[in-house]
Amino acid sequence: MQVAVNGKIKDLGKGVMPAAEELENMMMARHTPTVHQKLKQGRVAIAGLGGLGSNIAVMLARIGVGQLLLVDFDIVEPSNLNRQSYYIRHLGMPKTLALKEQLAEINPFIRVETQTIRVDAENVVKLFGGYSILCEAFDKPEVKAMLVSTALANLPHITVVAASGMAGFSSSNRITTTRPMKRLYMCGDLATAAEPGMGLLAPRVQICAGHQANMILRLLVGQAEC
Amino acid sequence: MQCNGKTVLLPVPRTLQEFLLEQQYDCQAVAVERNGEIVVRAEYESTQLTDVDCLEIVRFVGGG
Repeated sequence: MQVAVNGKIKDLGKGVMPAAEELENMMMARHTPTVHQKLKQGRVAIAGLGGLGSNIAVMLARIGVGQLLLVDFDIVEPSNLNRQSYYIRHLGMPKTLALKEQLAEINPFIRVETQTIRVDAENVVKLFGGYSILCEAFDKPEVKAMLVSTALANLPHITVVAASGMAGFSSSNRITTTRPMKRLYMCGDLATAAEPGMGLLAPRVQICAGHQANMILRLLVGQAEC
Repeated sequence: MQCNGKTVLLPVPRTLQEFLLEQQYDCQAVAVERNGEIVVRAEYESTQLTDVDCLEIVRFVGGG
């Protein structure tokens, strides 16, 4: 396979990872050098690696966000495959490790840290204190509320990008990004809960994940408006 | 009092917890900002609302 790198034609083997510098040059050309540098310096913590968090992590790795912290206590189950970024070979693995393995195949030049742990009000500060962007990607409403409240109350430098309302298959256009508080962005339709008869399906969950990932990208390049 | 950008009348004194229950919110599934400061769950019961307060209440529903 031949590709153009810095105006020169180079041969790349099929399925062979280019060297770090080569990949960086290709990404820089694609993203522009200024955006690429900002993303490379970016550090984002993702709490919850289900339908939102796993897909958000994949998007942030693809655009070259320099450091990701992946936090989840759970293992990959067959029912997750309808919307979460995992494969049959990951069944039974901790989501943290299954996702880290995928990110290494997409962009091995970013730093990925994992914490296989259940997040509670006591460990929020310790887990996320070193980050200025926290992505809330949990499933249960009370855990979402706990994380958002605890992080905003105790970590004055953190901005939270959270989600609420993405179940079912009603219109894509009802999913939005809003900013109800100075340091809180909310993605979703803010209403449609997952419940019997209203399941979580890949398209709408991924639309919401896309909203969160794009808001994080905007924050990393210095755009605070939603 | 202002709540989510709308004026709400507070005819009798209320705690934040009483107000949330009255407005049909699940106290376990919200994040609340009062006059620009987050109020954590443990303080809902002891937070007395006044008619000059400005609340922002964000409700979380399940799914992720």
